[in-house]
Amino acid sequence: MDAGSSTIRTIAIGGAAGDGVREAGINFSELLNELGYRTFSSFDYPSLIRGGHNYSRISYSTDVVRADYRELDVLVAVNAESVLVHKEALKEGARVFVETAYLDRLEDCGVDLIPIPMKAFAEEAGAPQVARTSSAFGAYGYTLGIPLDRLKEMADKVFANVGSEMNMKLVEKGYAHMKKEGHAQDECNLPEEPGVIPDVHDGNRAVAMGLMAAGLEAYVGYPMTPSTSTLQYLAKVGKDRGLFTVHPEDEIAVLNMALGLAFAGKRTAVGTANGGVALMQETLSLAGVSEVPCVILESMRMGPATGVATHTSQGDLQFTIHVAHGEFPRFVVAPGDVEECFECAADAMNIAWKYQMPAIILSDKHLSESYMSVNIDEGSKGPDLGKRAEVTGKEYKRYEITEDGVSPLAFPGTPDTMVKGTSYEHNEEGEATEDPVAVKAMQDKRFRKLNGLYADFEWFPTVKTYGDLDADAAVVFWGSTKGAMLEAYKQLKKPVKLVQVLWMEPFDAERVKTELEGMRVIVDVEANHTAQLAAVIREKTSIEITNKVLKYDAQPFTPTDLANEVNKYL
Amino acid sequence: MAIDLTTDAEVTWCPGCPNSQILVAFRQAVTEFVEAGEMELHNIVAGAGVGCHGKISDYLEVNTFNSLHGRIVPTLTGIKLGNPNLNVVGFSGDGDSFSEGFNHITHAARSNTDITVFLHNNQVFALTTGQATTTSPKGFKGGTTPYGSVNEPVNPALIMLAMGATFVARTFAADITKTKEIMKAAMQHKGFAFVDIIQPCITFFDTREYYKDRVYWLDGKHRKGNIDSAFKVVRGATEDRVPLGILYQAEQPTFEENILPR
Repeated sequence: MDAGSSTIRTIAIGGAAGDGVREAGINFSELLNELGYRTFSSFDYPSLIRGGHNYSRISYSTDVVRADYRELDVLVAVNAESVLVHKEALKEGARVFVETAYLDRLEDCGVDLIPIPMKAFAEEAGAPQVARTSSAFGAYGYTLGIPLDRLKEMADKVFANVGSEMNMKLVEKGYAHMKKEGHAQDECNLPEEPGVIPDVHDGNRAVAMGLMAAGLEAYVGYPMTPSTSTLQYLAKVGKDRGLFTVHPEDEIAVLNMALGLAFAGKRTAVGTANGGVALMQETLSLAGVSEVPCVILESMRMGPATGVATHTSQGDLQFTIHVAHGEFPRFVVAPGDVEECFECAADAMNIAWKYQMPAIILSDKHLSESYMSVNIDEGSKGPDLGKRAEVTGKEYKRYEITEDGVSPLAFPGTPDTMVKGTSYEHNEEGEATEDPVAVKAMQDKRFRKLNGLYADFEWFPTVKTYGDLDADAAVVFWGSTKGAMLEAYKQLKKPVKLVQVLWMEPFDAERVKTELEGMRVIVDVEANHTAQLAAVIREKTSIEITNKVLKYDAQPFTPTDLANEVNKYL
Repeated sequence: MAIDLTTDAEVTWCPGCPNSQILVAFRQAVTEFVEAGEMELHNIVAGAGVGCHGKISDYLEVNTFNSLHGRIVPTLTGIKLGNPNLNVVGFSGDGDSFSEGFNHITHAARSNTDITVFLHNNQVFALTTGQATTTSPKGFKGGTTPYGSVNEPVNPALIMLAMGATFVARTFAADITKTKEIMKAAMQHKGFAFVDIIQPCITFFDTREYYKDRVYWLDGKHRKGNIDSAFKVVRGATEDRVPLGILYQAEQPTFEENILPR
């Protein structure tokens, strides 16, 4: 195994849909965070409700971990299939905890197995079967030499909301079982007493937190993987946060309803997958012309059409910067990790209201549904209310022509003031017009708003760089690929500058050009078939990137494999 | 203080189009509400879809939102959720809400969202110069059905009743006073109010004479609070007799009451 990942350990928990594998992944992550580690965990599942093969994969270390590794130190197999699926990924000496009931079926699998009667323990502890992996955590903790009291203390905290008594019992049973069977123990080597325990959030949760920090008042969505958890989270916590959620009849209604809410003055966001954005696009165009602020969380999954419904892709960058008919300014930002999901979501809400234009947060399955240790300071972002009308009454014009292109906002219900929004090209009052002079003037007004965003380039992280900033080689990437790329960096043979593009529209061409110009070699890394970022870079900067590492098997990049691919070009 | 609800926009409906009668009826309704102190003008929002009817938003000096074809209803729901103090009405057409936007108006009725929809029902796509809509009679000869349309028409009031609308009425555009009264009743109704306005298209499907002989106003004997009576009257409409008036009215919790934090 490579030296670069030696301090990182990876655990997979595999089972059938309905076995609680996702929850187990989150719980293991939280337990490890309580012990002072940092985690990154992904969840892989097919599009079905029961059966199939699901797994959570958690990489952890004392340092920040930005992606889960394919190579496994530990496997918790709730069913027999998990061993067969993952055995190629097991490192030498990997610990494989398996449900005792499946030992017979795995007799010839060629893997050293540590049987744990997880089912029976759950029954004895009076716990539901979805909690059974807690005994495996006890068993794993035993092998690491962690005192039982410490493990139970962790479990007590992590399972406080779902029954800490029974989970503590399960941890203890797993631990005692290992002891009784005489398994070897490592010397306990836990991180120093952790200070602030990080939170464990996924991208979708962080987007919700960012929207709320920027003053979210209403969220509208129609369930579509991988965006659904944002809607469900906000539906649950909304009451306590002074906001409400709506789940209407379809995605078209979602965005139209959101425009109605924002027209009435509510800071509103919607969430969907790429396919949902395809349905919304005529309404996105309406947002453009009517200048009603709207925020869209778009989480990509692999298309075309229904595609690989529960798996990841970065196949919709070009779609997203162009989606909807007609020409109008928009904002598109692609966060690369959970923390950036929080920041970019807040920025998107504020930019939508500052410039009265659609703002899209472009995520993907791997970012939306992977959990990472983070410390999000919810107070670090606040709402920017935008330019409000100072003059109301008869003089008010919703689409007043202004120098910066932003017309002062007023909402229906303002005394003596008429607010007219429209899908038609219009005059300053908001009445339809076909007059060539007025048509041109209103388009010019809308596009002048981009000047404000160009000036904002200075204040926002449109592009981020990492690694060796003086290197003569660069790797350029975007979105969730950031995680695997920053991990892969540890295994690159030569000095490399890493360049992450966040703002896709408007595009900070000067900055990208500055970072890439004069490089001996540039490698483009994207999870799509057509190198869409490379195409944008060529269009906007004339820099042509010919070295491409593209992945379009609906799986995210993993660090070691990605490093091997990038190394070929260095 | 007399209020003026006209705008500078030039009215581009065909001269004599019953849409102008609907416009007049609505202006009268709003004027009466405001003058009686029952509503404040700035708290009225009128939405519209796209089709001939949609031009009405340019002709009204009230808050308006002119949405896309077929999409006005969810926009209205959003506006009402955004500010429940507003009285939210929408103008739509048979093409705009019973062809393209069918999915939205049916769900709004089901949710009992507190908005009012006035359906300019001319039984034809007029702005696109004459094609069959969902309410055109079978055999309608238009640009896309030169040998006659093949589908039976839908009865909007019947659909609305079936989907749970809590106010369903029908009126005839030419009767401006009655239309105004029904509009006022609809706007005062708490919950989803639907008004089917028979609005003959004088250019592409002139049904003025046809309806003049067939419409009749329901009298006091009609039990509008009884859903069975409403279904009976609405289903019983034949080519010979078209009932007008408030067909059904009931009180139910609204979508906003159910969704918004108390």
